[in-house]
Formats: sequence, C-alpha cells, structure tokens
Amino acid sequence: MMATMKRKSWSEYQKQIADDRYYYARSCIRQNFFPGSEKAFIDILRGDLGRDLLDDPKHSSCTGIGYHSDIVPLETIMTVVARQFAMMTEAGYENFVSSCITSFGVYTEVLATWHEFPETEERTREYLFKATGREFRKPASLAHTSDVMFHFREEIARKARHRLVNVQTGEPLRVVEHIGCHYAKIFPKSGIGGCEFPYVLAGMVESWGGECVDYPERRHCCGFGFRNYLVQANRGYSIANSHKKLESMAPYKPDFIVANCPGCAMFLDKWQYAIAEMEGTTYGENGRGIPVLTYEEMAGLVLGYDPWALGMQMHQVDVEPLLDKMGIEYDPAAKYLGRNGKYIGKPASAVVNACPPDAIYDIRE
Amino acid sequence: MNKRVIVIGGGAAGMQAALRLKESGVEPTIVEREAETGGKLRDWYVLFPSFTPAADVLGELRRRVAERHIEVMTSTGVKSFTSREVTLDDGRRLACDAVVLATGFTLFDASLKEEYGYGLYDNVFTSADIERMLSRGRVAKADGSRPRRIALLHCVGSRDEKVCQQHCSRVCCITGVKQAMELKKLFPEADVFNFYMDIRMFGPGYEEMYREAQQKYNIHFVRGRISEASPTIDGRVQIKAEDTLTGRPLRMSVDMLVLLVGMRANDDNAALAEGAGLRRAPSGFIAPRNLFLGNVESDAAGIFLAGTVSAPKNIGETLNEATAAADAAVEYLKRS
Amino acid sequence: MATINFGYTISKPRAIDMDRNNLRKSDEILREMPELQACIGCGSCTAVCTAGNLTSFNFRRVHTLIRRGEYQGAYEEMNKCMLCGKCRLVCPRGINTRGVAMLIKRKLGDNRS
Repeated sequence: MMATMKRKSWSEYQKQIADDRYYYARSCIRQNFFPGSEKAFIDILRGDLGRDLLDDPKHSSCTGIGYHSDIVPLETIMTVVARQFAMMTEAGYENFVSSCITSFGVYTEVLATWHEFPETEERTREYLFKATGREFRKPASLAHTSDVMFHFREEIARKARHRLVNVQTGEPLRVVEHIGCHYAKIFPKSGIGGCEFPYVLAGMVESWGGECVDYPERRHCCGFGFRNYLVQANRGYSIANSHKKLESMAPYKPDFIVANCPGCAMFLDKWQYAIAEMEGTTYGENGRGIPVLTYEEMAGLVLGYDPWALGMQMHQVDVEPLLDKMGIEYDPAAKYLGRNGKYIGKPASAVVNACPPDAIYDIRE
Repeated sequence: MNKRVIVIGGGAAGMQAALRLKESGVEPTIVEREAETGGKLRDWYVLFPSFTPAADVLGELRRRVAERHIEVMTSTGVKSFTSREVTLDDGRRLACDAVVLATGFTLFDASLKEEYGYGLYDNVFTSADIERMLSRGRVAKADGSRPRRIALLHCVGSRDEKVCQQHCSRVCCITGVKQAMELKKLFPEADVFNFYMDIRMFGPGYEEMYREAQQKYNIHFVRGRISEASPTIDGRVQIKAEDTLTGRPLRMSVDMLVLLVGMRANDDNAALAEGAGLRRAPSGFIAPRNLFLGNVESDAAGIFLAGTVSAPKNIGETLNEATAAADAAVEYLKRS
Repeated sequence: MATINFGYTISKPRAIDMDRNNLRKSDEILREMPELQACIGCGSCTAVCTAGNLTSFNFRRVHTLIRRGEYQGAYEEMNKCMLCGKCRLVCPRGINTRGVAMLIKRKLGDNRS
C-alpha cells in the first residue's frame, strides 16, 4: 500500500512572501557541494520570472555554523546579522531572502529575540555602529529561498518543460522531501505548513506533477548537528541519523530526495556514499543510491535547464537514472566538462553508483 | 413556590438539576442546544468503573424528566443570560427567577496535536471514536481487520501548554484503563499498551480497576508520553516515546493508536461569562464563587453551576453537583 | 567487498525497538507471575535493595526492561540479587519480588543454555 501525504493543516501556516525586489544572502557551504544551485536561483528569478534580486558581494557569512558549534557568541552573531541588514538597507532593499536554512533559522531567531527583548536590539545597534559606523532597518519580509520558489510554483509550472513524472509509465515521481530542522522546528509559524506537515517543498513537488511519500522517519533530523559532525569521533551518530532515515524511506522506493537545507542535501547525499562504502548498503534502484536534489535543481530541471549547468555532476549519487525517468536529454560526455569546456576531473567509482570501489584505502592515512 | 428556573444545558447535569428543582416545587425549563437531551453521555458506551451502560443512566434520567413533565426546549441555543432573563439565539427572551448553568465541556480536538496525525492517518482514533465504535458493536482497524497491537495515549489535550490546556481532565486516565480492558476483551490476542505521564485514579474503585487491568488483563503500562506518530508502509502507525522507567527511547508500530482526548472549556464560556458577570478560571472553565463553601454558586447572585461547566468531572460527581446546585437555587429563591 | 575505514562507524540505536524484540520470554514470565505487571514503578524495592546499595543492580529497571523484551545482560544483573527479601516486604503492590527474581533467572538461564 502506497502512503502518499495527506495534509490538512498546511494552509493554516502561511506567511507573507514578497513578490519582487529581493536582497539575496548566500550560504557558506552550498557553493562547494551544490555549486549550481544558487546561480540557478538567481537565473530563474531574474530570467524566467523577471524579478529583481540583488546578489550583493558585500554581505558575509551569518556565522551560523560557528554559532551552533558553540564558537560564536550570541552578541556576535546578532551584530553580524545586523550588518547583513545594514547592507540590505544601504542597497535600498527590504525583502531579505536567505539561501540557507541555518541562516534562515538564525535570522528568525535574532528577529524574535529583538522583538521579545528590545534591549538586545538596542545593544546590537550600538555594537554595529561602534564597529562599522553602520545603521540598519529590519527587513519588511524575511523568507527562505525555497519560500520564494514555493511562492512562484504555479508560474514555474506554467513554464515547465519537464514534469516530475516518469515519462515511461506516466506515473508521478515519488519524492521524499526533507525540510531541515531549523526551517520550522524552532519557529513553526515561520515555515509554510508548520513543522509537522511542512508544505514548502511538497507544494512545489505537487505543482510540478510529483507526489510526496510520508514515511515513518520523515520528521527525523538528517544528523548534521553541527558540532556532532565537526568532530570526527562523533560522526558515528551523525551518520546514524541519515542511516535511520534512509532505512525508513527505502521501502517506499522514492525516485529522489529533495532537501531544503544545505546541510541536509549534503549529508543525505554524501552519507549514502559513506554507508555504501562501509557496509555495502544502497537504498535506490538497481543497487544505486537515491539521487538528492536541492529545490533549485528540481526547479531548474522542470524549467529545462541543462543538468550539468545546474552542477549536478557534483553529486555523490549519480542523477542520470532520474534524468532518464523525467525524459531529460543530456550529454553524458559533457558531464565532467566545466565552464568553457574545461575538464574538471572525475571522481573515483563508488559502490553507491553501483560500481566496485577502485582501491582499498584508509582515509586516515 | 411559583418561580421559574432556566437550566441551560440538557446533559446529565442539566437533567438532574431540573429533576431536583421540580422535586422542590420550582418550575424548571431545560434549554438544550442539540436536538435531544443527553449531552456527551449519548456518545458513551459504558461507564467506569462498573461498566454500567451509559444508556441505562441516560435512559433513566430522560424517563424521569418525561414522567415529571419537565419543560424541555431542544435545538435552542443561548446567546446570553442574566439571573432574570435568558436570550436565545433567535432573539427570544425568556424571563426567569434564577439560572442553573450546565453547559458542560468541549472535547479536545485531537487534530490540533498535529504530531499524532489524527484525521490524517487511518488508524489513529480518539477515545470518543472508540466509544462510538463500541456502541455500534464493531471495533476494527480502518481496513476492517483485527488489531494485534494497540496503544492508548493519555493526556491528549490535557496538561499541555502547547495547546493551552494546562489542567488535568481527570477522567481520561480511568477511561484509558477502561477502554484498554474493553479492547483486550474484544481482542484477547492483542497486546495493549497505555502510555501515561502519571496515572491519576481519583475515584472509588478506580485504583482497583487499574490493578485489574495490569494483573488480570496483562495490559502494559509505559510511563512516557508518545512524542510523534507516523504512518508505516503497511498502514500501521509508528510511535515514539521514552520508557522513562528504563531511561531509554522506545518505539513500536501499532495497529491502532487511541488518543485519550481531554475536556476543555467551551468556546462560548467567555461571552456567556461576560454577559452574566461570571468569572473564569485560567483553564477557561467557569469559576465557582468559593471552592469550598460555594462551589455550585457563581460570582453572580441567582446563577448556579452544575457539572463540567466549572471543571472536568465524572458522571457521579456531576449528578451530585447538579443536586447541590438545584438546592442552592431553591434556597436563593426562598430568600429573594 | 573492500570497505573503507573512515575513522568512525554507524552508531547503533539505543531505542527499545518493540518491533524487533522477541517478547516470548517476557510473555512466559508474565504468564507465570502476572502480578509483575502490577508494578507501578515506585522504586521501593530498589531503595531497600541490599545489592543495589553496593552495586549498580536495579531490580525495578531490570524487570521493566525484561518486560519490554530487552534480555541482554539481565541474567547477570539478576545474579547480583542476594535474595534477602527486603524488597518483598516493602512492595506496595504485594508483588512476590523474590519469586520474580528467581523466575527471571530460571527463564533467562534456560535461554542461555
């Protein structure tokens, strides 16, 4: 029996999402792991949807990873956030869009703290002014980039070149959506659909022809956990969380996973590689892993972007089986050709892509 | 005594109060919002701790009300009231000399606890659903098959700040014990688990019933609150809790998850209280004038409280209180 | 298959998994002494336990785990019991705790052979 998601309550959790003129704050880690995603977001917003977005080189990391690893104190991160808002104010924007769930959680938390404890906002303004001479206005709207994508999902659906449908069978693709803890578990009201039945990714999946599966460990954390992962000796329980999710979703035979958060997308993808190399277990079809997409990549494929231009050759789990299901044409020979056709190197073969490993090696050596 | 008392609410409390008023020579009128009297008792199968059919109690109350020719206005909602006048939803005004407020409680809406998936997952039920199924004589999983493992969760919508219900609804614990025993009788081969935070056996015979459920019926009691429920691929429900007495997380899939829903204050308590000059407790129930020496009286002279309008209670307490409220009203009428 | 050593392994879950645990022994114990189900977890037994005051032995916890199908190490734990019987004197539910200790040892001892 196939369990597709039934949601009733999502429409009770709505938020204001600006329609245009966004100030874009990038993620620290996404450009390494899913390098085409942020560019795709900018291209889709500007090119396909004709919206104005400022990609400001002057903004910085939100320091969220440091904050959640107990390295950056609260006062410091509040001041860094204040500086981001100052950059937005100086550029003449007021709709802040964050490309990272951790950052989104940080901005939400800082704004809520300032609201509850106005003296902390006053102090932050003072610190920022002393340190940089800058002042700021708080954003009129704060959204995660997936909120914006969700906002335009019907417009994207109208322009779709491909749908989330298996072209051979005509069946909707089965999708596991993972929204990330800091999107709505801290402030359920700040996420579309709340935290138990979030709708931000599910809404896109459904508008674009796919269907979401509800599996027992759907709400479970991917296991990133910041300091839990950063210390090598602790990674055993970081990977155990992804392992638990993968074990739980595998019987539903999902066609792909779409993740909201930079960390989740990375871990759900890369831990599949690690689990396969350690234990030989894979969770997808034909002994392969389950492809993991960001929502920008998913939108990009729907809109007909070239998968290699979207950076999908950088995934640990090969995406070709998914591309074939969706009927997307791609040049296999161009996979490892980067910008200007330059060869970017090719990863060693891996168990997760149904290949025997090339060599026996100990990563500690 | 040629006096008229309007009893708002025709459940167990309202009917008993009206009967007592009539006995004392006062003319009561029951005003009931629903199409018939009986209130929540109508949906209950048998009552703890004696397994007495709710229909026996309700039938007897109704019989007496009819036999004594007590005026009953059904399908009649009350918009506002004072001790001398009750205004109905349709704008009609009924004059009176005193009012007994017996509007009862509202069952907690289990779908507000989103993490349990009530209304979304097929095999998640409330205690009220189970009573209805027992009344109809057919308890089964959504697909009609017999459950092999059942979990009952206590305190759904009680003792929970997250849904603004900080009070204890009192009767859910014993309801959980009672339903666990009924389910075990129906499905002797099934394992039945009760997940609780505290077991509060406040009434006569309750603790004995709890022990019987444990020892004679082999019902498992796990001290820990289920934190979430999720569907499994075969249509069951996976639950997670801590087994706090062993200090370890615990998970299992069950065929049926029963949520023991609490009693909450009616939504219209606020408006009714404001119009009549009554005070509400932080829980939203109507506060009695004095918890010891005036617990069926309200802050307003001539308005009396009977049953669960003032706090969660069982049927026995409700009936006693209705008698006390009627007596207090009669005393008041004699003085005025 | 060659496996890579990453310097860590996948942690095993700590949760009591009632879908995997085999409750056969537990059912047998409860069938022989149903009174054990009447335990309300008050801890009186552990409070007075001679062994429990000197070692990590916790009678209440061990028999609760057994009732959940967690038998690992339970026999060894039960062997710490000195059978002094103080627990039986204080149990508010009148459970023959000494009998329970003996029964568990017998059942789980059988299991080992």
